[in-house]
Amino acid sequence: MKAFNCYLIGVGGQGIGLLAETILRAADHAGIPVKSVDTHGLAQRGGTVISQIRIGAEVFSPIIPPFESDLILSLELHEAWRALMSVSKPRSTLLCYDAFWQPLSVRKGVDKAISANDLLEAGEKMGVRVLMVKEEKLKDSRMQNIALLKVVCKENLIPEVKQEHYLKAMEDLMQGKTLEVNKALFLA
Amino acid sequence: MKSLGDVLLTADPFSEIVMGDTAIVRAMAESGVKVVSSYPGSPTPEIAEAILSIPVEKRPFYFEFSVNEKVATEVAYGASIQGNLSVVFFKSVGMNVALDSLVQLSMMELMGGMVIILGDDPGANSSQNEQDNRHLCRLSYLPLLEPATPTEVYSLFKEAVRISRKWHMPVALRLTTHVCHAKEKVSFGSLPSSQEALQSLFNPGNGPYVPITSAVFPLKRKALQKLDQVTYDPEAQAVELFTPSKTNKGVICSGFPYLSLRESMLKAKEPVDVLKMNRVYPLPEKELLSFLDQHEEVKILEELDDSIEKEILAFAYQSKTTCKLLGKQDLEDWIGEYTPDKVNEIMHKTWPEIFPKSTDPMKDREAVTPRPAQMCPGCGHRSAFYAVKKALPLDTITVADIGCHSLGFLKPYEMGQMLLSMGHCTGTAAGLALGNKTRPVVAFIGDSTFFHAGLPGIINAIYNQHHLTLIVMENGTTAMTGHQGHPGSGGNVRGEAPKIAIRQVLESFGVESIQEVDTYQQAELTEMVKKAIASPGFKVIIARHPCMLKFMRDRRHKGEVKINLVDVDQNKCNHIYECIDTFACPTFQRTPEGKIITQHDLCIGDQSCVATCPSKALGVKEEKTS
Repeated sequence: MKAFNCYLIGVGGQGIGLLAETILRAADHAGIPVKSVDTHGLAQRGGTVISQIRIGAEVFSPIIPPFESDLILSLELHEAWRALMSVSKPRSTLLCYDAFWQPLSVRKGVDKAISANDLLEAGEKMGVRVLMVKEEKLKDSRMQNIALLKVVCKENLIPEVKQEHYLKAMEDLMQGKTLEVNKALFLA
Repeated sequence: MKSLGDVLLTADPFSEIVMGDTAIVRAMAESGVKVVSSYPGSPTPEIAEAILSIPVEKRPFYFEFSVNEKVATEVAYGASIQGNLSVVFFKSVGMNVALDSLVQLSMMELMGGMVIILGDDPGANSSQNEQDNRHLCRLSYLPLLEPATPTEVYSLFKEAVRISRKWHMPVALRLTTHVCHAKEKVSFGSLPSSQEALQSLFNPGNGPYVPITSAVFPLKRKALQKLDQVTYDPEAQAVELFTPSKTNKGVICSGFPYLSLRESMLKAKEPVDVLKMNRVYPLPEKELLSFLDQHEEVKILEELDDSIEKEILAFAYQSKTTCKLLGKQDLEDWIGEYTPDKVNEIMHKTWPEIFPKSTDPMKDREAVTPRPAQMCPGCGHRSAFYAVKKALPLDTITVADIGCHSLGFLKPYEMGQMLLSMGHCTGTAAGLALGNKTRPVVAFIGDSTFFHAGLPGIINAIYNQHHLTLIVMENGTTAMTGHQGHPGSGGNVRGEAPKIAIRQVLESFGVESIQEVDTYQQAELTEMVKKAIASPGFKVIIARHPCMLKFMRDRRHKGEVKINLVDVDQNKCNHIYECIDTFACPTFQRTPEGKIITQHDLCIGDQSCVATCPSKALGVKEEKTS
């Protein structure tokens, strides 16, 4: 199997790490070789955080070579824009949770805020399929990552990784009430 | 869910997806390591996280966070000459702090063995430089191994132990950021069937251990002889060869750049041969020479500095090989991490006919807005910088130190105009204050840094009577690297510990002007700073507030937390934007119409913003459960 590359982006504190770990373990449960790498350290303090997951046998580096991301997952609008404008490739997919944590220059009114519409229009122009996700009745914003994962699963965005694999991965990483509510959201 | 601690203590062989920093902890347990010490620093704190995932009574070895890297090295050394296999780990620049003692170790008989794990940071992901510690390993006569993947982290740690125990010498294992943090499935072996107790076998007869004057020479001779034996060690797997086609072109590399090279080779027009070094000091001379002899052209692909290149050039010259050696081509080759894109660029520059340039398949990409790291919602440092800035004349010189509060140099606070190293601030501020009668000098230091390397600068300021104001930004933890304890925090990795109060330390030094304030008391802090900079001498303000990220996490672990969300009263808001432009908590967001709203996913209900609004438009409106 040729490498399938998944690029995850968000803001420090949004739960990108857990989302990446879940996908990584799900791919492993599906029996596919997988490597990944996350942002640690200073950037986690409210900066851009990136995780990269590479699935397939012909993979050496955990870092995705330039313009080879097959799937971009974003938890924030401005970060989705960043990925779209820096690493995306034609005929790839961008899945974004419709949340905004504005960077300072946007809050100050120096730079323009990015909307879901901006992403959809740019995606159209660039030949990237853009899908937006929003769970209106989400009780806890820290579950936005699982809301996104639900769509990754439903739309079959990662080849060979199925619902049962994602569920197994969630069971590896969560327990008790956290697992219960996240599973309920994932299966809803 | 199986906890990481349980996974790491599995008795029998197993495989698991882990990061490099976790794989090394299993390697320690399998190798019978007895003592581990460290000072936290990226990219290595996850090694400690893996160790701490094992409950203290089940830990297969003693572990401590020492007060700094030099002390950590000394603790590991002491344990090793007692006959215990020991490990010390720290980040790239930690090597500089450790060096004064570390540089001595190769002359000593380390009876139990000792491995030094370095977390270097090409790309300066979390560091103030990209220093290439291979130089310092050479300086210290430390054999040096470089893994590329978590699997190799595990296997080369064991190789480091083997070398160290065979020759009773210190051995370094150099990991880089994305080797530490890469994750893959690693196959582990079994744990030793029984755990030996800590040994107390120190015998001065194994030494000498006092290298003074003429005693130095035999010790140095012995260290050099050991290095020679490591060079020609028949048991070592110092290199790996990948020779797909026996072409006339080859590449020599090591560590993480090897993986990037293999990525480039997938798209290459023809294969090239590769020699990957597992051991980069002392260099595997025989294997390298034979590789040169088998090729017409060899590229030395070397991240950061050209230390391997220089050495290979030297012995290639002596061997009179006809192979053409290609090294670094321009300054850019010295800078940044050798990621797949960087390596592809370098390989294209070297052999354009073999390695095609990677080109952007998209046209018209639009601009993106930068998002630098920032202080968290509710961070006590934000309140402190906001209040301190109000007290300072525009020409004040402000000195930053290492820690979360370093972020104060960013807009809109711009507090901290220079930064060198851990604990530098008081010394640097003293120099800035010399002969300077007009511009106040204010230095900032965090509490963990205060104990790590801050004390000598402070003692110097008292002893030499320097005129400056030091603000200790005390948040009760080592926040930036993931909330490790420190001597002032009241806890260590085993539980409660004596708490060394910063005020008492300063009083015992004889500091006369010491003020303390909670940073949320912004008006009070502003007044304190005004008074401090107006008076002569060495003045200290302890600006205290717990790290709110840790505080909120600890509260959530205990159960659900009620949060009083802050809202903007749109009837009172006069659009002065103090909350966005000056206080700049990320919770405040701007609508397209220029209204200010609060992002409730971010607000932690700390209310440190409320007093900053000139229109009194900020207040608590509703409650959320978190």
